[in-house]
Amino acid sequence: MNTNKKTREPLFHLIKRANVPAWQPWAIRIGALLLGFIIMGILCMISLETNPIDAWKYMFKGAFGIGTTAKTAKFKTLALLRDLSLLLLFALAVTPAFKMKFWNIGAEGQVLMAALFSMMCIQYFGGKVPNVPLIFICLAAAMIGGIIWAVIPALFKAKWNTNETLFTLMMNYVVIQLIIFMIKVWVPNGSQSLAPSAYANLPKIAGEDFWFTIIIALALTAFMFVYLRFSKHGYEISVVGESENTARYIGIKVKKVIIRTLIVSGIVCGIIGFLLVNGINHTVSEKDAGGRGFTAILVSWLAKFNPIFMILTAFLVVFLTKGTEGIMEENQITNEFFSQVLIGIMFLLIIACEFFINYKIVFRHRTAKPQPVLAVSESQAAGSVDDRSGEAAEAPVEGASTALQTDETADQAAKEE
Amino acid sequence: MTLAVWISFLAAAFNLSAVFLFGSTGEIVVEKSGHLNLGIPGVMSVGAAAGCMTVYSLMKAGITSEFALLFLPMLSTILAGGLMGLLYSFMTVTLRANQNVTGLAMTTFGLGLAGHFMNGLKANFGKIASASYAYKNFFKVDVKLGDTGFVNSMKQIFLSHGFLVYFAIIVAIVAQIILSKTRTGLHLRAVGESPATADAAGINVTAYKYIATIIGCAIAALGGLYAIMEHLFGRWDYVCEGFGWLSIALVIFTIWRPGLAIPGSIIFGALYILKEKWLVTNETIKFAIKVLPYVMTIIVLIITSIVGSKKAQAPGSLGTNYFREER
Repeated sequence: MNTNKKTREPLFHLIKRANVPAWQPWAIRIGALLLGFIIMGILCMISLETNPIDAWKYMFKGAFGIGTTAKTAKFKTLALLRDLSLLLLFALAVTPAFKMKFWNIGAEGQVLMAALFSMMCIQYFGGKVPNVPLIFICLAAAMIGGIIWAVIPALFKAKWNTNETLFTLMMNYVVIQLIIFMIKVWVPNGSQSLAPSAYANLPKIAGEDFWFTIIIALALTAFMFVYLRFSKHGYEISVVGESENTARYIGIKVKKVIIRTLIVSGIVCGIIGFLLVNGINHTVSEKDAGGRGFTAILVSWLAKFNPIFMILTAFLVVFLTKGTEGIMEENQITNEFFSQVLIGIMFLLIIACEFFINYKIVFRHRTAKPQPVLAVSESQAAGSVDDRSGEAAEAPVEGASTALQTDETADQAAKEE
Repeated sequence: MTLAVWISFLAAAFNLSAVFLFGSTGEIVVEKSGHLNLGIPGVMSVGAAAGCMTVYSLMKAGITSEFALLFLPMLSTILAGGLMGLLYSFMTVTLRANQNVTGLAMTTFGLGLAGHFMNGLKANFGKIASASYAYKNFFKVDVKLGDTGFVNSMKQIFLSHGFLVYFAIIVAIVAQIILSKTRTGLHLRAVGESPATADAAGINVTAYKYIATIIGCAIAALGGLYAIMEHLFGRWDYVCEGFGWLSIALVIFTIWRPGLAIPGSIIFGALYILKEKWLVTNETIKFAIKVLPYVMTIIVLIITSIVGSKKAQAPGSLGTNYFREER
């Protein structure tokens, strides 16, 4: 080993940022977004031969229907808001667990389980029970479904510290197969899709069936913000997330908090499943969650687990999805691959920019002479002796204290002489 | 059920097992450095696409040598997988981004990238398929179909495959030996268990993480190439996502040991074949077989956590990033 190489000061090192002005993270984030949009424009130019400015226009057209008729614009905006609400709800479902550092990546499965439970009630009670009580039965069943699927990994995590990320990931696929199977049971002719049901549908608000989801998402966002910020439960969640040992020390029952929090997650997932079945699709399919369980992780993490910021991050993700769909539509591309590429690049950029928010890069000073290690330790020892002669209150570090002792013995030896 | 059907079933299961073996060996190498790469489906897709595009350009150039058609695409697959690994390790090691989020974003990106490029070659899928002989024939032993004698059956099950199947087994064995018997493997495991301790012991944590991730992703990418060129006879399809998730499941199922992944991958292969084409028509049993790999994985996960033996656990720092100045 080359010792010279080892002692050299690295080209740069990282420091965790503290006390940053409030505008700085946002400036970095907006910078990353702009960079992302420029890259998107260039890629569209190379790959689709679309003028970048047109590409950006198409994004707004795809997202809000700008440049189309008023009716389409209203429809597109409402559809965007509903997608935003759904994604936000998924993010709300995973957030309490994430704050506790419980990496639940199974929101997809939990929601699908809830949707399946709700559909089961419609299948078996539809027509036999009046609509209004049936809606409530569906809601309760959906919540139970969500809770069951969320609490199983939590129980094992609490009792035996089973890895929850892998556990919840696997449970997603179990439920996907279960839905495919149940559809085959309900639709024996093999068409593999269940016709929309006429029972237990949620009422339309203002003539549109978009509003129900939007209102519930807003209400739950407010609730979750208060729950995490101001309630005793929210406080316990943060403490467990910061340090389980601290939590145990101040008398928080960690196991109870883990299970209780995942019940909350399960309830939110239940509400999403209920909305999907009774409010939006009126049927069930294994593609209902549409990967939102995974995207929601990004939404929640980018917003630093703050429900209010999640509205922004969820909007960003939905805008990107709808916007790239708009670009594809204008270019008569029917597959989703290129928009996946664009969204993937954008996600990676946004994730990468968090680094520059959290850390500062300090470069090596060019002028500083590389000092040999020996000289540094000598000056430290000398410094600590000086400190001691002035004030003995400061506890010297271990290495320095041995140096001190040797100095003292040397002094004594000198006196004796 | 005749014996001949059983033999060809086992041969098909063994044939498919290489996909899972490549995928899980790659993911094990990555996870041993403490990084949970959920981007494996994306990595496998990109690897498959890079390989298929190389096959296409070779065929277009009129090169029909089996050797070139096999090894040049392998090289480009390894390169593409390595690049995806470099991207992942840059994001999670240097930029310290959350591993779950980065992995999932890479899956989106990888699936899209592979789909986008392969969609452009849609008209030429036949050309790629016509090159699959190179994968089947290289290294293959001739068998007489229908002969159910012991020697011939064994030949059909274990030796009637292309080069990549045996390469997968070699890679898994080499990975197992390096991980458990060499100093490099010891250092890598130390980095995965406790990066701070490894750092204090003078191990270059960043280098180990980078190299393990890049090599692991390159190995996993070969699984994608294999799935398309040999398992599907060169007919491009979007199968890598499902294979990728199953490979991640296999990592847990084999408790992070490439050696155990060899029989494990055959079990997964058998279950997959069973539900896809063979033997089963009853929907309930079909459903049970479909969920079995995931349920078995969950059960293994639970049992290993209850037993609590250090040797059967996930690497200690799996999922968390290392920052030296933080404790």
